[in-house]
Amino acid sequence: MRLRNRMKLEFLSRPENVSLARVAVATFATEVDFNLSDLEEIKVAVSEAVSNAIVHGYEGKPTGTVLLTATLYQNELEIVIEDRGRGIADLARALQPGTSSDPERMGLGFVFMKSFMDEVDVWSEAGQGTRVKLVKTLPGELRAQNLAES
Amino acid sequence: MSLEVQKQHDTLIVRVCGEFDLRAADYCRRDIDQKLKTQGAKHILFNLGGVTFIDSSGLGVILGRYRKVTENGGKVAISNVPPRVTRILELSGITRLIPVYANESLALKELA
Ligand SMILES: Nc1ncnc2c1ncn2[C@@H]1O[C@H](COP(=O)(O)OP(=O)(O)OP(=O)(O)O)[C@@H](O)[C@H]1O
Ligand SMILES: [Mg+2]
Repeated sequence: MRLRNRMKLEFLSRPENVSLARVAVATFATEVDFNLSDLEEIKVAVSEAVSNAIVHGYEGKPTGTVLLTATLYQNELEIVIEDRGRGIADLARALQPGTSSDPERMGLGFVFMKSFMDEVDVWSEAGQGTRVKLVKTLPGELRAQNLAES
Repeated sequence: MSLEVQKQHDTLIVRVCGEFDLRAADYCRRDIDQKLKTQGAKHILFNLGGVTFIDSSGLGVILGRYRKVTENGGKVAISNVPPRVTRILELSGITRLIPVYANESLALKELA
């Protein structure tokens, strides 16, 4: 997979940084001709993963560090969101639609990430932290063009 | 994001503008709950016309108010959904619980 571009963003676990993260990724992704609804979907997925890091990983404490890496490959955009928070003890359960450890929440974050991205991978260990990888395949036309060029 | 809250008869009309995400959620939840109490409204109408972005945190505020209001015999409605919000609203399952109307007056007619 040929690497085309990469950016890294490190920020504190403050709610205002959720919008920073999604706008940064959307801006990074404009280099590729994603259509508007693709960009909207990417923004929601990033928002969900970053919000989870803040709300669950760091339990709302604003002093944690969230690391976001966005990489543009020949035919896909990959976004990795990491926290060093409390981690997820039962990952299989957490990934079930409608499951939340917070009675005020609906358990939609992973549902949206999975619906809006082509690939979602989660690594987590209790007490260690969580890493979420989100992949969006580039629009078909452009992918074919890139393959032809390579 | 900004909230405009107005009471009309028994209904609290909540007009949401801007990005309805984690940052906005806490403030909105508190503001709506407080106004619900002080203004003695029974129903809530969420006008989402000005929403430029929404995720599970914003949807959680709507669903949380739905639970609260319906427990007290009230109703909740949503109006003026922008095209970019339609899909996520449907995917969330909220539209199976809360009726969606094209505009405020249609929604208010149903809530009355
Ligand atoms: N970064 C994280 N650190 C620790 N726990 C997490 C993390 N991300 C997710 N979880 C756990 O996984 C569960 C499911 O996450 P998901 O985003 O699907 O739902 P939610 O955040 O609870 O609700 P919603 O996203 O609808 O507000 C969470 O309730 C939480 O227990
Ligand atoms: Mg979540």
